[in-house]
Amino acid sequence: MRPLAEIATAIDVAGRSPDAVAGATELLGLGEAVLEHWLAAHDDVPTAGAREGFRLLALHRQGAGGEPSFNACRETCRELVFHYNLITLDAAHADTARRLAMMAMVAMHLYLFISGKLESAKLGEFCCSSRPVRANAG
Amino acid sequence: MEQKYKKVAYYPGCALEGTGHSYNRSTKEVGKALGLDLVEVENWNCCGAMEVKNIDPKIQTYLSSRVMSIAANEMGFDTVMAPCNGCYHNLKKAEYDLGQDAETAEVVERLSTKAGHETYKAGQIETIHALDWIKDSLGEEGIRQRVKGGLKGLKVANYYGCMYTRPRHIFPEKDKGPGSESTLKPHYMDDLLAAAGAENVDFPLKTACCGGAHTLSDSDTSTRLVLNILRAAEASGAEVIATECPTCHSGLEMHQIRAEKKLGEKTGVKIVYFTQLLGLALGLGARQVGIHENVSDSLGFLKQKGIA
Repeated sequence: MRPLAEIATAIDVAGRSPDAVAGATELLGLGEAVLEHWLAAHDDVPTAGAREGFRLLALHRQGAGGEPSFNACRETCRELVFHYNLITLDAAHADTARRLAMMAMVAMHLYLFISGKLESAKLGEFCCSSRPVRANAG
Repeated sequence: MEQKYKKVAYYPGCALEGTGHSYNRSTKEVGKALGLDLVEVENWNCCGAMEVKNIDPKIQTYLSSRVMSIAANEMGFDTVMAPCNGCYHNLKKAEYDLGQDAETAEVVERLSTKAGHETYKAGQIETIHALDWIKDSLGEEGIRQRVKGGLKGLKVANYYGCMYTRPRHIFPEKDKGPGSESTLKPHYMDDLLAAAGAENVDFPLKTACCGGAHTLSDSDTSTRLVLNILRAAEASGAEVIATECPTCHSGLEMHQIRAEKKLGEKTGVKIVYFTQLLGLALGLGARQVGIHENVSDSLGFLKQKGIA
């Protein structure tokens, strides 16, 4: 699994990609990677399934089970999918570069929200035993 | 036919007596300007917010039920309006839990008896937000008719926060098709401010978390979440973020300053309560709606735009 700190950097890079469709695809994948971290930290196996055609939405649904506050990122996930659709269905649109930059901000929000929750709960990369590794990597 | 929500019980909640003072002031002033009556719930208490809920959710339910009991049983109201997302959420949740969970109802009954007031029963009162209050009593047309100066194309990102629509099951009146509020894409604030002349921008983080719960335990995460919201609003073309919750509003204001001091990231978007914007559009003065009480200094900007 990609370390969370790498995901933040990758979101920035994807948001500036000259190939908007590739950037949007990468951002969607990074969103999935963030959700995989949440699930793995809860000893769940991330689903390979899809919801409304998107694995991201299936992963969110899986992550929200038994954790109502996790739904605070429900619309963030849906906005990510919305922007992905906007970009990939009409890549030649004049607003595509702006839409990609906005999609990166939405992906960053998902990353910040979930990494913040993991850190608060001392889970995943933020558990006591892995903290020194993370601190040194930073 | 009597106007809907013409006179309702008003539950300001703790935040509106402190950091959200200007929200309290502007809500009351807008009510007066629109001819809507607010009668404050007598001897109200904290709704239980997050602190009590974390210790014992049933005590939080009791605290919220006491507010509803006073409004319904002692003051005779059938509607209570809570402008704070936290209070609104907690009263709605209490309403739901009392109707669904016999054990919760029993605890509330026991505590109410001990406290010496009538027990609140699910269904006695309807809890609404300040957005419902204005939107459902006057509608956009009612606002349009009363607007004086208007908001003159002010570019606004409407920020609802994460508690106004979640969890969906405690808001049975939402998602009822055209005209009703949506839990997926709320629009009541957009509708009201557009009716007042504002130009709403597409803002993808309108219901995203502002990190309010992390503010004390992990301020840096809150600052980064808020900074992302502020940047997204600016990238959407917004000059102002309109808020409808005192906790979100304070969080945006405080972390805007903190982001500049701690991260060297300056953002210029202004943060203003929707009731303040609506008040200005209705011809009220900037001081009347408490613009001077906000941490985010928007007075000069609003004057420059000819709105204040």
